Amino acid sequence: MKHSDAPASMSRRELLTLIGSVAGGAVSYRAMAGMGLTTPSNYQGPIKLEGNPKGATVLILGAGIAGMVAAYELRNAGYKVQILEYNNRAGGRNWTLRGGDSYTELGGFTQKCEFDKGLYINPGPWRIPHHHQGLLDYCRRLGVALEPYVQVNYNAMVHSSRAFGGQPRRFREVQSDYQGHIAEMLAKVTQQNKLDEHVTKEDQEMLLESLKDWGALDKNYAYAPGRESSDRRGFERPPAGGLSAVPIHSKNIIPFDQLLQSRLWAAIGAGQNYEMQTMLFQPVGGMGRIGDAFKREVGDLIHYNAKVTQIKQETKKVTVTYVDTVKGGAPQTMTADWCLCTIPLSILSQIDVDVGPKMQAAINAVPYAASTKVGLQFKRRFWEQDEHIYGGITYTDLPIRVIAYPNTGYHEAGKGVLLGGYMFGPNAFEFTSLPPAERVRKAVEYGAQIHPQYKTEFDNGIAVSWHRVPWTLGCLGVWTDQARAEHYENLCQIDGRVLLAGEHASYIPGWQEGAVLSSIDAITRLHKRVTA
Amino acid sequence: MMLRLKFSAAGAILTLAAGLFSSPTWAQADLTSGTLFSNGNKFEEKTGKALYESICQGCHMPDAKGATGAATYPALASNPRLASPLYPALKVVQGSRAMPPFGGQLDDEQVVEVVNYVRSHFGNAYVDTLTAAEVKALRP
Repeated sequence: MKHSDAPASMSRRELLTLIGSVAGGAVSYRAMAGMGLTTPSNYQGPIKLEGNPKGATVLILGAGIAGMVAAYELRNAGYKVQILEYNNRAGGRNWTLRGGDSYTELGGFTQKCEFDKGLYINPGPWRIPHHHQGLLDYCRRLGVALEPYVQVNYNAMVHSSRAFGGQPRRFREVQSDYQGHIAEMLAKVTQQNKLDEHVTKEDQEMLLESLKDWGALDKNYAYAPGRESSDRRGFERPPAGGLSAVPIHSKNIIPFDQLLQSRLWAAIGAGQNYEMQTMLFQPVGGMGRIGDAFKREVGDLIHYNAKVTQIKQETKKVTVTYVDTVKGGAPQTMTADWCLCTIPLSILSQIDVDVGPKMQAAINAVPYAASTKVGLQFKRRFWEQDEHIYGGITYTDLPIRVIAYPNTGYHEAGKGVLLGGYMFGPNAFEFTSLPPAERVRKAVEYGAQIHPQYKTEFDNGIAVSWHRVPWTLGCLGVWTDQARAEHYENLCQIDGRVLLAGEHASYIPGWQEGAVLSSIDAITRLHKRVTA
Repeated sequence: MMLRLKFSAAGAILTLAAGLFSSPTWAQADLTSGTLFSNGNKFEEKTGKALYESICQGCHMPDAKGATGAATYPALASNPRLASPLYPALKVVQGSRAMPPFGGQLDDEQVVEVVNYVRSHFGNAYVDTLTAAEVKALRP
């Protein structure tokens, strides 16, 4: 949008109003971005590390997204890079469990993933917002194919075990009815002149018009059975063809008091959140494809099964001590000019790290959230076949919190895998405390309240509780505002020859974009130091 | 709702996942085994045993012997650091490194229950007990 095209007399705000009213909010947003009022992403395009590092060496700890971004870029810039990785695989929390995979959690509980070929679950990140431009750009550059991730599905369910006799409702009905009732109520008080203090008479006309539009009200400003409401909440008999074509409008609008008391309004807003707004993506074949792609680039630099036990600084070098968790033997060391450490703080806070008291205090200040995900395989894709739910998420007040349907493989014959639970908070701890098989069993029992087909169609499942994951001891760093104020900048400094990166060193905790942007920020500052 | 507030600062995934339908007075009774799943953002287990088996054993393990991966969850079994009840109480309320703080999700009585339980099981046989007043004093 060239704002130089605007009439000279028009203010910037007037112009934005005009653009918004004609073309909708998205265009207005882009125009604003073009005019420097908002910034969609901090990502500035592929990083350019200009200047010769003169053979400087960097030892990277952790082959997750942050570590591999750094390795990829630093090597391209002329550094000599090595990576130590605790796991026997690359990717870190960028991780997909597929049929045939085996996973052993702390305590020695081993689960074998028995999904059919091509089916998977992402125990960690599973969606990529369109504004996570850093991660998306690596997908583009490394050739990771993407497909749509469905956050909002109007035909998925919202469910409260305490409302409507425990019967799930369609998202579409609850969303339409909630909006419709509010619009009707607001239209009424507007017509009763009760908004005169707040809205001018002229604007009240506009408000009424917008409420009709926004809430699907009829010509009398009522949210009532009829064409308008059915166009939103669906039909008793939808329009069809031939002799059976005449639609029957839906009559079962949920009364406003019941809707309010059901609390289902809390289940329809997720997709309005900045991080969940359409468009979102997922890699074709599982989130782990991103880690795989990075591994193709930097896999030759990775030393696997390396458990770091000490990070020691001297004037001109860093020495990292590690043990081989498979071969055992005496501790080994690796030295470099610089160390970029991406080890989660839950781990790093227990490692002997030679940094100043401020960074050490920061490393110790960030607890890790509990989270559990349960993947369930069913004998058929009943959610599509019986209920016409193609991707997206059902929300529930049951401990499983969500049922998320696969956003791929629609209409495939054979088995299907869905996310049968995704817990945070107390329920995540409670699920973590159960043996894995019991977690799966609970997820099936609860899910059956929403989809009775669970009882006959369940095949097998796998459950990952992040506090039991041996290489993270938790899901993601939880920062309070107070901890941010006290520790965040200290965490992100270059301390002698050591600096940190990862989602924990970002303001986007728990998202891969946080790892990408923190890594880019760290190596940019490192490179400046090295080439100064 | 301390955790909720914290989480809203930490990221929307957490508020959305943990915050739906929260109502602190209702617990989701389990369907088959009597296990309790808390509703909302506070734990609803009351006894030391139930609290241990719903929270602590997730990391410290059912036998309280801890576990080690890239780092360690310490054993609580026969752990001399439990000699003073204030030490585990402080850890439970305020957290410590990998251990999350539970002060916002447990009331004083629950902290008392779980600390007294751990200090009298798993090879620990301390006879002195923690009080609710002592827990209250540990809250930041």
